[in-house]
Amino acid sequence: MKPGDLGELALRNLREAVLRNTLTTLGVAVGVASLVAMLSLGVGLQELATKRLSNSGLFDTVIVMPRRNMQTMRRPATPTPVKQAPTLDDGARKTMERLPNVVEVYPQIRFPTEVRYNGSPYSTIVAGVPDSARGNGAYDGIQGRFFSGPNADEAILQIEFAKDLSEQTATLIGKDLVVRYAERQALPPQSGTSDGGGGGGFSIVPREKKLNIVGIIETEPAAGFGGFGSGRLLIPLEVASTLRAAQVNDLRDAVRTTNGKPAYASLTVRAKSPSQVEPIETAIKNMGFGTFSLLDATRSLRLFFTIFDLLLAIFGSLALAVATLGIINTLVMAILERRREIGILKALGAADRDVKQLFFVEAGVMGLFGGVLGVGFGWFIGRALTWATNIYLHRQNLPSAHVFSVPWWLVLGAIAFAVAVSLAAGLYPATRAARLNPVEALRYE
Amino acid sequence: MTTGDGVAVRADQVSRYYEMGTAVIRAVDEVTLEIRSGEFVALLGSSGSGKSTLLNLMAGLDRPTGGAIFANGRNLSELSSLELARYRSRTVGMVFQSFNLLPRMTLEENVELPLRLAEVDRGERTARVQEALERVRLEKRLTHRPSELSGGEQQRAALARALVNRPTLLFADEPTGNLDSATGESIMLLLKEIQQKLGMTIVMVTHERPLAERFADRIAALADGKLLTDGVKS
Repeated sequence: MKPGDLGELALRNLREAVLRNTLTTLGVAVGVASLVAMLSLGVGLQELATKRLSNSGLFDTVIVMPRRNMQTMRRPATPTPVKQAPTLDDGARKTMERLPNVVEVYPQIRFPTEVRYNGSPYSTIVAGVPDSARGNGAYDGIQGRFFSGPNADEAILQIEFAKDLSEQTATLIGKDLVVRYAERQALPPQSGTSDGGGGGGFSIVPREKKLNIVGIIETEPAAGFGGFGSGRLLIPLEVASTLRAAQVNDLRDAVRTTNGKPAYASLTVRAKSPSQVEPIETAIKNMGFGTFSLLDATRSLRLFFTIFDLLLAIFGSLALAVATLGIINTLVMAILERRREIGILKALGAADRDVKQLFFVEAGVMGLFGGVLGVGFGWFIGRALTWATNIYLHRQNLPSAHVFSVPWWLVLGAIAFAVAVSLAAGLYPATRAARLNPVEALRYE
Repeated sequence: MTTGDGVAVRADQVSRYYEMGTAVIRAVDEVTLEIRSGEFVALLGSSGSGKSTLLNLMAGLDRPTGGAIFANGRNLSELSSLELARYRSRTVGMVFQSFNLLPRMTLEENVELPLRLAEVDRGERTARVQEALERVRLEKRLTHRPSELSGGEQQRAALARALVNRPTLLFADEPTGNLDSATGESIMLLLKEIQQKLGMTIVMVTHERPLAERFADRIAALADGKLLTDGVKS
């Protein structure tokens, strides 16, 4: 039989037992909805975690340090002479900026300060934040706002530090505070040094800077590498660099050879995407610098979510498995009811293949409709789940989140899976119908 | 379609046995029968005589357990399932006692069904359906469902369905069995008309001797699966 005729006859047959076939199709739809809901939850949570981590800058970032700094991180068994290593200076920074898929390279600036607020002193750590952080979503949950510009004399407080300043943290926004810090002032080079007079010393001068508080954030994104702990008072990176505040590595660098050029304690290299981190890291290592990234952590995260999605899919498929039994039951019932009709079709010239295909198409159509309906139900469940989750998060004073995601591959995959499962379910009834003896079938009342 | 010697269908020592537990039922027992092209043959016999079983074997609905049936010059028992389906679709038309129209389809759709199975193009189907229904004088009942027709009309519709693929062999299993005598006679007249106009070979199963004697060219009488008499009616 031609495909068009097959489709027409199958739809006509399905319309005949409309209630039973609708219920069977709904069974498939519930199964698909369960599968879609489970997988969408997995995908949504994965996207949420990935977005949060990606926004934090942990996964598209390479921290670069001079090798000799990294050597000091571990304790060698026997002291060895420090080899001549390249200096992490402006030249190296420019070379890194020219590497493929590098978005930006900026120094990590962190320094200890004493903050004065309402006449009281508070010790804390200041961290410079690049202006590019404005658009990457890391500061989405901020109370208040991000810096108005890269050179603004403004500050964002970490919530715990803000609580130190005032119990009513919200009232801090708009207020001023004063940062006291140690400015590093370079001294002219002295003759007679071992490196030929290249490395000049520096003096420390106490300075003050008034800053306006514009926001409060839970934790500093991208904290913890290269510097010494999380910054509790964040200021624009441009402002931080103009302060020329003395940093933790300054004393060590003062006694090392830097060929007279100012050197960075560490640089942050940001890649276009996490997948570009590995080649960038390799290229920087080849330049002679030490690097650190969370690439392995990303891999582990992906592995975790792959297994998580697989388990959700298995649980979601259970309902579809039950629906499959429904299809088999419906089609077996249809064979019993349409036994005589099958006999008539065979008497009129239908081959076993035609009868088999007819039942197959009927199963496939139920699968197709069930799949489409199921995706719709699944999407609706997801919306409801997101809505309920956000109500809960709102009550907990947490920012809203998108815990559910139905990508196109899932929509098409779920429908295709529903059709495939339905066809598999139709295999036994279709084969049984095709094998009916026409004479016996015609005798059936 | 005939073999070269003008024979449309030939049953050669054909048998059909059924096993019922330990018992063997000989529904058709070594029957030899030759039906010539264009003949109207009546298979006459009482209930259980094996006439319908023999008809099903000749129509390719069933396979013999012994002997052979030749049609189109080929032994039907040697045909594959698909080839046998093609034989039923292209060479054979069938009419049943209980009409066997599909109740949810209109008359037009019922008659069109064999054309769908034979994969006839859509454009050609309408004309063929119209032609078949005109032949049985039901061309004005296209959109009616079987339940909206009388018994005689339903059998005429079944006849139209049997003719729509332009077969050369028409097998009719008790075509008047569910009809009153007047309607039955009209159906028989229609069958006779079709045989004469189209030169079609008709094999009809019946247990009504007067009907067979009046309309058939030849009567083959069966009893207990065996052929008792075979000859031109007296």
